[in-house]
Amino acid sequence: MSDKKQVMVFIEQSEKKIGAVSLELICEAGRLAKKLSAEVVGVALGYGIGEELAALGHYGCKTVYYVEDERLSHFTSNPYAKSVVSIIRKQQPEIVLFGATTTGRDMAPRIASALKCGLTADCTELQIGEYKSKGELFENAFLQMRPAFGGNIMATIVSPESFPSMATVRPGVMQLDTPDASRTAEVLVEESDLSDEDFLTEVIEVVRREKTVNLSVAQIIVAAGAGAADPETLALVRKLAVTIGAELAASRPLVDAGLLSHDHQVGQTGTTVRPNLYIACGISGQIQHRAGMVESQRIIAINSDPDAPIFRIAHYGIVGDLNAVIPKMIAAYKEKA
Amino acid sequence: MGLKMIVMVKQVPDTHNITGEAMKADGTVNRARLPAIINPEDLNALEEAIRIKERIGGHITAITMGPQKAVQVLKECLYRGADDVILISDRKFAGADTLATAYTLKFAVDKIGSFDLILCGRQAIDGDTAQVGPQVAEKLGINQITSLLEVVEIDEEEITAKHAITDGYELVKSKMPLLLTVTSEANEPRSPSAKLVMAYKNIDQEVNGDSYEEAYMQADDSSLIDRITEWNADSIGVDSTICGLQGSPTKVKKIENVVLAVNDIQQIPATEAGITDLMHELMDDHII
Ligand SMILES: Cc1cc2nc3c(=O)[nH]c(=O)nc-3n(C[C@H](O)[C@H](O)[C@H](O)COP(=O)(O)OP(=O)(O)OC[C@H]3O[C@@H](n4cnc5c(N)ncnc54)[C@H](O)[C@@H]3O)c2cc1C
Repeated sequence: MSDKKQVMVFIEQSEKKIGAVSLELICEAGRLAKKLSAEVVGVALGYGIGEELAALGHYGCKTVYYVEDERLSHFTSNPYAKSVVSIIRKQQPEIVLFGATTTGRDMAPRIASALKCGLTADCTELQIGEYKSKGELFENAFLQMRPAFGGNIMATIVSPESFPSMATVRPGVMQLDTPDASRTAEVLVEESDLSDEDFLTEVIEVVRREKTVNLSVAQIIVAAGAGAADPETLALVRKLAVTIGAELAASRPLVDAGLLSHDHQVGQTGTTVRPNLYIACGISGQIQHRAGMVESQRIIAINSDPDAPIFRIAHYGIVGDLNAVIPKMIAAYKEKA
Repeated sequence: MGLKMIVMVKQVPDTHNITGEAMKADGTVNRARLPAIINPEDLNALEEAIRIKERIGGHITAITMGPQKAVQVLKECLYRGADDVILISDRKFAGADTLATAYTLKFAVDKIGSFDLILCGRQAIDGDTAQVGPQVAEKLGINQITSLLEVVEIDEEEITAKHAITDGYELVKSKMPLLLTVTSEANEPRSPSAKLVMAYKNIDQEVNGDSYEEAYMQADDSSLIDRITEWNADSIGVDSTICGLQGSPTKVKKIENVVLAVNDIQQIPATEAGITDLMHELMDDHII
C-alpha cells in the first residue's frame, strides 16, 4: 500500500490500444486527486503494453499497476475482475473509476460485489464535497452525479463509509486535458495470481464494426431530427454539413427509421458530444437527446415550433421551416467563403 | 431433463412513457404517478429462457425482490410460461442498493438450490445501472455473459452466445452454471398466452372465488398457489445487516428534478438578413 492517498483509474485497452475514456478518466481523477491531496494511479491488465501505459503520464497518471499476463490480452469478466480486486486490496485507493463501456459495466459490479463497496453507474459529474449524515460530517466525500429515471432526475450518490468508493463514468463526458509529453508514468509490473480455472469464458470471435463517423471528436456538428426525416429535407441538412465542414449527426427517430447508422446518434443511448458548434435541425430537444449535446460550446436550434424545448438550451434560435432556413444558411456561407 | 433456469425480474415505474398525467406543472416528473410495469429487458430474459426451454427442455423459476404488489410481475411471468415464481418480500429489504439487492437474491437462489442458468435483463429502466446481474454472479461465484444478443448453441453443459461490446459483438463460449444479462435486441418477447391467463384465472376462482392477490395471500393447496411462493428475510436466511438500507454502501445524497435552465438565447429572425448575419459572425469568429 502506498503512503499517499490514491485515486485509481481502470485502464481499458483493446488490441493494445488504450481506450479514450481511460484518458478522460485520468484527467478527471487528477481534478479529484487535487482536492484530496492524492495521486492518480492506473490499474491495467494485458500483455506487451508497457510503453502505452508509460504514456499515460502525459495526462497526469503517476503510477500504473500493470498485471502482465498473456491470458489477459483480451477482456473476459472473471479474470479481469479478480485481478483488479487484488490490486485494489493491495493499494487501497480511496476512489476507483471505470469507463461506463461494456467492459467497465461488466467488471465493475463484480469487483464492487467482491469488495462489498459502493458503486455508482454511469456518472456524468464527479465532485469532492461535504456530506452530512446522522450528525456525522464527511468533509471530503466523493459525490457522484448521475441521471436516473430515464434522465428525468439527477441523483447525487455517496458511499462515505465504503472503501473504496467506485463509479463508472460515461465516455465523452469528462474533459480531456492537453497532454504534457514531458511526463511519463511509472509502470510497476505486478504478479498475476490467476490460474487457468479462472478463465471461464472462451472468446471465439470478436467482430468490430468500423465507425462510420466519430462524433466524439467533431468540432462542428449538424444534427438532423424527426423534422428532417423526409428525403428532401435530410438532403438539405446533409448539404449544410458538407458546406460548412461539419459531421452529420441525428436524433434517435432518424436512426430508428434506418436513415442514418447508430454511430450518428447523439444522446443518452448514443454518443455524447461537446463540439464548438452544434446545429440542431428539426430536433425538439427531449431530455434523452439533450443529455448528449448540452455541453456543446454553441448551439443553434432551427425549429418551426417556437415552444420546442431545444430553444431553452440553445444560444441562437431560429424559428422557421428547415426548407426555408437552411438554403439561406448555405447561401450566406458560400457568399463569404 | 433440460436446464434449470432462474429468471430474475423487477417491477419498475414506466419511465419511458411519461404522459401528461405524470408530469407536474413545473415540467418535472411525478414518479409516484408512473404506472408500474415489468422491466422491459426482463421480459427479454424471460423470453430467452422460454426459447431455451422450447429448444432443449427445462424448468423456469421467476423470482423478484420487491413489495407485495410486485407479485403482479410474477403473474406476467406465469402468463408467458414460467413454471413457478417466487416473491421475495420483506420490510427489511427496503432501500436496498444494488449490492444489498444482489445479496438478497443470492440467498434466494441458494434456497432454490441447484440451477444451470440465471437470466435477467441487462438493466432496469428506473436506475439503468446494469449492476445487479454481475453482482449476483459474483456472489454465487459463477461466470457471466452480459448484454446477450443471441444464443447460438446451447446444451446442458455449455453455451455459445453473441454479446454486445461497445463497437461490435463477441462470440463467446462458457460452461454452466452461468448468469446471462439479456438485451432488447436478443428477441421479441411474446405476449401473455390467453390460454395460460384463463387457466390461472379458473384455478384462482376454484380456490375461493376471490381476487388473485387475496387467493395468493391465503390458500396453500391449489396448483396456482403451488406456483407462487413467498419468502422473506428469515426464510432465505439473509442477515439484516447485509440487506436493505443497512446493507447498502451507497446512499442518495440529493435528488434534483431536471429542469431546463433557460439560456440567454439570441433570437435570429428567419430572414435572409438575419441568417446571413449569423453565418458571417460565425465565420468571422472562425467557428466555421
Ligand atoms: C431510454 C430512451 C433513450 C433514448 N435515447 C435517445 C438518444 O440517445 N438520442 C435521441 O435523440 N433520442 C433518444 N430517445 C428518444 C427521445 O425521447 C426523443 O423521442 C427523440 O430525441 C426525439 O427526436 P426528435 O427531436 O428528432 O423528434 P421530435 O420530438 O418528433 O421532434 C421533431 C421536431 O422537429 C420540428 N419540425 C418538424 N418539421 C419541421 C420543419 N419542417 N422545420 C423545422 N422544424 C420542424 C418539430 O417542431 C419538432 O420539434 C430516447 C428515448 C428513450 C425512452
